[in-house]
Amino acid sequence: MTLSAPGPARNLPQYGALFAVLLANWLLFPDFFAIRLQDGRLFGSLIDVLNRGAPVALLAIGMTMVIATRGVDLSVGAVMAISGAIAATMTGAGWSLPAVLAASLAAGLLCGLWNGLLVAVLRIQPIIATLILMVAGRGIAQLVTEGQIVTFTSPALAFIGSGSFLTVPMPVVLTIVVLAVTALLVRATALGLMIEAVGINRLSSAGAGVNTPVVLVAVYVWCGLCAAVAGLIVTADIRGADANNAGLWLELDAILAVVVGGTSLLGGRFGLVLSVVGALIIQSMNTGILLSGFKPEFNLIVKAGVLLVVLLLQSPTLTLFLPRPKGARPIGTVKPPVAPTSGGAKP
Amino acid sequence: MTGALQRFLPLIVTTAVLVVGFLICATQFPNFASWRVVANLLTDNAFLGITAVGMTFVILSGGIDLSVGAVIGFTTVLLAVLIEHGGWHPVPAFAVALIAAGGFGAAMGGVIHVFQMPPFIVTLAGMFIARGLGFVLTTDSVPINHPLYGELNDMALRFDFGLKLSLPALLMLGVVVAAVVLAHWTRFGANLYALGGNRQSAELMGVPVGRTTVAVYGLSGLLAGLAGIVFSLYTGAGYSLAATGVELDTITAVVIGGTQLTGGYGYVVGTFVGVLIQGLIQTYITFDGTLSSWWTKIAIGVLLFVFILLQKGLLVVWAGRGGEPAEA
Repeated sequence: MTLSAPGPARNLPQYGALFAVLLANWLLFPDFFAIRLQDGRLFGSLIDVLNRGAPVALLAIGMTMVIATRGVDLSVGAVMAISGAIAATMTGAGWSLPAVLAASLAAGLLCGLWNGLLVAVLRIQPIIATLILMVAGRGIAQLVTEGQIVTFTSPALAFIGSGSFLTVPMPVVLTIVVLAVTALLVRATALGLMIEAVGINRLSSAGAGVNTPVVLVAVYVWCGLCAAVAGLIVTADIRGADANNAGLWLELDAILAVVVGGTSLLGGRFGLVLSVVGALIIQSMNTGILLSGFKPEFNLIVKAGVLLVVLLLQSPTLTLFLPRPKGARPIGTVKPPVAPTSGGAKP
Repeated sequence: MTGALQRFLPLIVTTAVLVVGFLICATQFPNFASWRVVANLLTDNAFLGITAVGMTFVILSGGIDLSVGAVIGFTTVLLAVLIEHGGWHPVPAFAVALIAAGGFGAAMGGVIHVFQMPPFIVTLAGMFIARGLGFVLTTDSVPINHPLYGELNDMALRFDFGLKLSLPALLMLGVVVAAVVLAHWTRFGANLYALGGNRQSAELMGVPVGRTTVAVYGLSGLLAGLAGIVFSLYTGAGYSLAATGVELDTITAVVIGGTQLTGGYGYVVGTFVGVLIQGLIQTYITFDGTLSSWWTKIAIGVLLFVFILLQKGLLVVWAGRGGEPAEA
């Protein structure tokens, strides 16, 4: 549906932006790329960007798949809060690490299943279907922690947040693992193709033999799982669960990362690695604003500015005025996607 | 007859939920059925109601506005900074705040129309910008001590039978009445429903799509600005983190009120009832005293789910056998 230059040229804006932000950080802060090994773990500003960007990158991986089906998942922040609340509460009650991890991931899976069934079977608009869990989920998380900020001291769970594997911090390792598994699932099988097909036209892909309900449920379940992992990392990092604030507004950061990564909100095309790059761009900007001594208050405005520029570049209207590669139709000449109307359903 | 019944069924169900909910509360708590509770319900939810009216218009036109909570927060900060730091009289400050909020909304509408971008993501950027501007003005909570604030807060309309309506409550009721007129008895309202029903058909019928889009987001911004003024009266302060999450509360009220998120169908009155239902749940939990605050969120989530199911069920019934349910 969306035409784009083939090959690596398509990815240039994202990598270029990441490079530019990192370069700006380096100019402001010459030690930015300095990495040192201490107590068997890597330290440095660059590692910090990766480490702090991990939760949003994880959310962005799941969100990418959802957005590729022309959906959106607003509940990921609340799912993070639920999974973190379960992990902290169970650890506090003396459960072993495997049981804690299994329960947290199962909670994420259930949340995703709920969202997926609403979207796939009841055919509720994704924004509104996931809004239910976004509103109620934080209440559920508070129910689990009984409104308290639950803290724990178990080093086993804390390892997920602050430990390291082969000198690389665990959040980064987990993100790489999830990214690799996701990429393998969607690119080595036909799943990715089916996700894109559903995003382009749900009815046609169903007609072409794609089992659309299963694809949709799978996508939301995966998004829920990614959110649960992100929730575990955040909880393990601060050694506690705050049901009110864990993952608050991160759904918006995740959507921002996906959009900055070039995945169209209209569905049908996605780039997993690019979404992670998008998350890293956002995190590098955050770090850069902090390092440069600007007030963190400017963070939101800078984010909004980046979002608008990326959107403008994707806008069908603007593309008409830009020089286009030979032989390619401008996007504007393709029939604009029309939201299917409810037709006879109107009173 | 069945046609009229079908059209108003979501509205009837929503109103029935409110009435039954109020009766349940009244039987549980002897002091509940009083004019004071009603007056507080209206005052406490005034800013939410005003914002939700604007959101209803946006959703009727087939869009969404995620920036309203941030605009409320920004308005309170702007007022506080102008009045307390700038030494302004509140009245010109109110005017500036309303113009700024309305202009901000209209600008988002313009971007949405001209660049054909999804409203969801444009208003998300708007939310970041409005919150960010609030932060840049000040990150502190600034109390507003102007004498006019005290006078406005004391202002109330008293009825003989015991009802005392505060200024915020009156403003909300006025906005709701004006919105009903605007939606059902003006050309703008007709354009709005047409645009939300089917954008392309509306365009072919000669609906000024661009103008209507800019106007509807401008109106939503303006009402969010008015809600910000009410909020600053209510809290007596300006704070850039004020009213976080209000965009979701208003969307919830709109959905509970029976408006379809795909646009083109719904009533402002329904939204008003939806706001009151949310307020009622909160009041119940306050009266009960043993229930924790998180039950509000869970109850509203459950309510949201039930109402969406109800809407879906009605759509399927209307579409008849073999009809494809609406999909967005």
